Amino acid sequence: MKLVMTTIGLIAGALIGFGAANAASAESIKIGEINHYKRMAAFAEPYKNGIELALEEINGSGGVLGKDLEFIFRDDQGDPGEAIKIAEELMTRDGTVMLAGSILSHVGLALSSLAAEKKYVYLASEPLADALVWESGNAYTFRLRTSTYMQAAMLAGAAAKTGATRWATIAPNYAYGKDAVKAFKEALMAINPNVEFVTEQWPALFKIDAGAEVQAIERAKPDAIFNVTFGGDLAKFVREGNTRGLFEGRAVFSLLSGEPEYLDPLKDEAPEGWVVTGYPWYDFTEGPNKVFVDAYMARWNERPGIGSLVGYMSVQTIAALIEKAGSTDTEALRVAFADLMVSTPVGEIKFRSQDHQATMGAFVGKTALRDGAGVMVDWEYLEGADYLPSDEEVAKRRGGN
Amino acid sequence: MGLFIAQLLTGLANAGALFMVASGLSLIFGVTRIVNFAHGSFYMLGAFVGYSLLQILPGMVGFWVAMLLAAIVVGVIGVVVELLVLRPIYRAPELFQLVATFGVILVIQDLALMIWGAEDMLGPRAPGLKGVIRIMGEPVPTYDIALIVITPFVALALWYLITKTRVGILVRAATQDREMVSALGVNQTWLFTGVFFLGAALAGLGGAIQLPKGGADLMMDFNILASIFVVVVIGGMGSLPGAYLAAVLISVLNVFGVTYIPQSTLVLMFVVMAVVLMIRPYGLFGREEVAGEHGQVGEVERPFKPAGLNARLMVAAFLFVLALVPFYGSTFSMVLITDVVIFCLFAASLHFILGVGGLVSFGHAAFFGGGAYVAALIVTYSETPMEFALMLAPVGAAMAAVIIGWLCIRLTGVYFAMLTMAFAQLLWSLVYQWGAFTGGDDGLVNIWPSDWLNDTTVYYYLTLIVGVGGILLLRHAAHSPFGYGLRAARDSARQAEAMGIHTKRVQWAAFTFAGAMAGVAGGLFVFSKGSIFPSELEIARSFDALIVVFLGGVKTLSGGVVGGAALETVKDFLTRFEYWRMALGLLIIGVVILAPEGIVGSLRKARESFGRINRPEGEV
Repeated sequence: MKLVMTTIGLIAGALIGFGAANAASAESIKIGEINHYKRMAAFAEPYKNGIELALEEINGSGGVLGKDLEFIFRDDQGDPGEAIKIAEELMTRDGTVMLAGSILSHVGLALSSLAAEKKYVYLASEPLADALVWESGNAYTFRLRTSTYMQAAMLAGAAAKTGATRWATIAPNYAYGKDAVKAFKEALMAINPNVEFVTEQWPALFKIDAGAEVQAIERAKPDAIFNVTFGGDLAKFVREGNTRGLFEGRAVFSLLSGEPEYLDPLKDEAPEGWVVTGYPWYDFTEGPNKVFVDAYMARWNERPGIGSLVGYMSVQTIAALIEKAGSTDTEALRVAFADLMVSTPVGEIKFRSQDHQATMGAFVGKTALRDGAGVMVDWEYLEGADYLPSDEEVAKRRGGN
Repeated sequence: MGLFIAQLLTGLANAGALFMVASGLSLIFGVTRIVNFAHGSFYMLGAFVGYSLLQILPGMVGFWVAMLLAAIVVGVIGVVVELLVLRPIYRAPELFQLVATFGVILVIQDLALMIWGAEDMLGPRAPGLKGVIRIMGEPVPTYDIALIVITPFVALALWYLITKTRVGILVRAATQDREMVSALGVNQTWLFTGVFFLGAALAGLGGAIQLPKGGADLMMDFNILASIFVVVVIGGMGSLPGAYLAAVLISVLNVFGVTYIPQSTLVLMFVVMAVVLMIRPYGLFGREEVAGEHGQVGEVERPFKPAGLNARLMVAAFLFVLALVPFYGSTFSMVLITDVVIFCLFAASLHFILGVGGLVSFGHAAFFGGGAYVAALIVTYSETPMEFALMLAPVGAAMAAVIIGWLCIRLTGVYFAMLTMAFAQLLWSLVYQWGAFTGGDDGLVNIWPSDWLNDTTVYYYLTLIVGVGGILLLRHAAHSPFGYGLRAARDSARQAEAMGIHTKRVQWAAFTFAGAMAGVAGGLFVFSKGSIFPSELEIARSFDALIVVFLGGVKTLSGGVVGGAALETVKDFLTRFEYWRMALGLLIIGVVILAPEGIVGSLRKARESFGRINRPEGEV
């Protein structure tokens, strides 16, 4: 009995304690950053490093509005419900002025829905889902990274030049894969109406049966292949495809595969001659890209990933946003976000007022092997603004939002 | 024809690793009755250890030595787990050990991240087996052929060990009747340890041997878990030939599924499992479970009793404190408590069928997520007011429970658990795949409450009233005639039947009732979060509830609620730290060892042993 009473006393004390531990320090401007640091560690770590590098640089040169910028990093385990809870805590208890983060699209969508409802500004830095700025877009959500649609459209532009007519697609069976295949098909058919999609493969995410997939594609005898699988699925697909000769004499276009996070694990088995989107950090010789890569490697002693770049650009975006707004008031931030211009390593980007999508582009090139590792060669940087649908189309997809 | 044969061979090759891992799980379960959730972790460790060994052992001989060494290393890790974690709790209530193995999963996840880093590792190819051979013009990788040849040898060796050697005889005897084996003077503890070594080593071998076809990554553990459970259940728990046949069946069907119905790959396995279990309730080669009804380990349990006056007063005082939170707490404390209450209701609903009904469900998330989806779909597709949608959530969940319950209730024990999991997975894959209607994994967003409820404080009170009301209703039901009938069916189906209780019907009703209450929790959940995703229907969510019910104490009425509140609160605190998964895992293991009857059960026992109520030995 006594024990139980003590327990209740302790719980009650803890509950009361929630109210007290509320004193936010006034010296810095706090940003809530929610991510899947453990579950997606290979992507979240470079991202976090990019953020910290940018924070050190900005705070080293005086911060924003005369204050230091500070990020509070919280792990949501990749669970949208958990992310919502943490977002509430950050905004109501920890005194953050806005939210950023998420790699997984569904967590990004959950946060975006919360942002609209509770009127928090949310910078969706990494999630790729098209719905985030279109079908489910809202006034409080802004997206930095080059979206699925944009990247697929970039590859479709290159794909049309091959003249291949019989296409096979392989994509993980979830929203990102479906969006990518749909966008690629649309964009390619718009340029060349004669193309034909002879097979569509949908392996379960991270559970690919690569041998069977390769056989199924081989059976359809396509001229060219569009691949959206990534991570461990991509590794297995590449290995089985190489072993069974699937890629011989076929053009392959592959989304994101040139990003170091995906290309490096393949080591000397990285495919050669695939057209991919990615991040050729090793090839910059001058300009802001080079400055960023050097600073990153000096600070962390490891290569940057695409996540590092996105993390770095997120901080630049937020700093520019607060400077432009002149305050950390939510409404001021939201208004200032429209047509916000940010100077970044990849050039000047703009957050479009019509759909809150940034015009960050992507590097498109061919894969090759160099010193036993996969790299991108013959790459060029394509401006994101050139690969977005027309304003009418955007307005239609964004609907009543 | 060539392609057909090539596909068949691909399926057979894929079956190799699957069989090895599944046979290990089957052996461990057969002898120790432990449902080892950590088996996927052993598989993952096999892959990582094998990868590391292959860096230092070159050549063809080195490759195969590395495979064997990886198996042995993982076997030893299995023994360590058995000695440190499981041995202290063999006498705990049945299935309790699965909570400990869940803790082991968390610890191994963080350890693997610390040792091998976050990046995926592509396995090296097997030296001498890098090419293809052409069979009727179709390329077939030579390593596939090697796997097809090796697997039956592993299976035969196991079969020989189990049927022809003395160790095997003891293992089989222990599978049949553990008490008798130990009564005959066999050291049962070391038998268990040995079986754990073998089971873990097989999982490790499976992980290592798939390296040339894939690699090692940190998500392997959960990714293989569902498939190996399916294989073990289709084959029949404890049956080696069954596991082999099931592994081949699943793998081959999957290869053809990929070719002819590429969108179906998510569900295929579970459809097969559901069909097999409905025709052969104990798997292809399984036998009806005999253990578990009367010969339970552990002490005799005490019937549930309504709470005494003191306890009632305490609960009332606690609720009063909760009701006043908006006056002294922060907004976030309300958000957190809302989450905790919803989770407690979900856990309490599982506790009702598990603790009161004695039916272990591995698929309870179907009703939590199902209720949430019903509410979200209604709001998305019709102009229905939110209040009405919230009320329809339990109705939808109950309808799902009526159907699933009808199909599952004739099974018992682990087979019942597995069939519920299969149907939960079916529902999950339906929601996941039917993107046009359910939004797929992008989910349904903007599901917020009506304006008058939208304030955090008001929603807090709504959750508190509905959630606590639901929990009290569940408690009340346990003490109603319906609850007594259910408990009679749990304790002795035969006697209950003799007294005129239609046991299956009572259990079916209880399953439906628990499903409806989980649906209430799901409805509250979706409006508190504003969005819903298929992850709420996942196996992991079912396991969450299962873990807290055991952690709180299956055999105490408040176990689900206390466990849920404790775990949610601790988790909220721990996730602020870098290696929180390891901390949480160790904490769970610690609780399991120190409090083998769950938190409530052990607190009660501690109180009694302090001398307040000294009962004579053996009193019921």
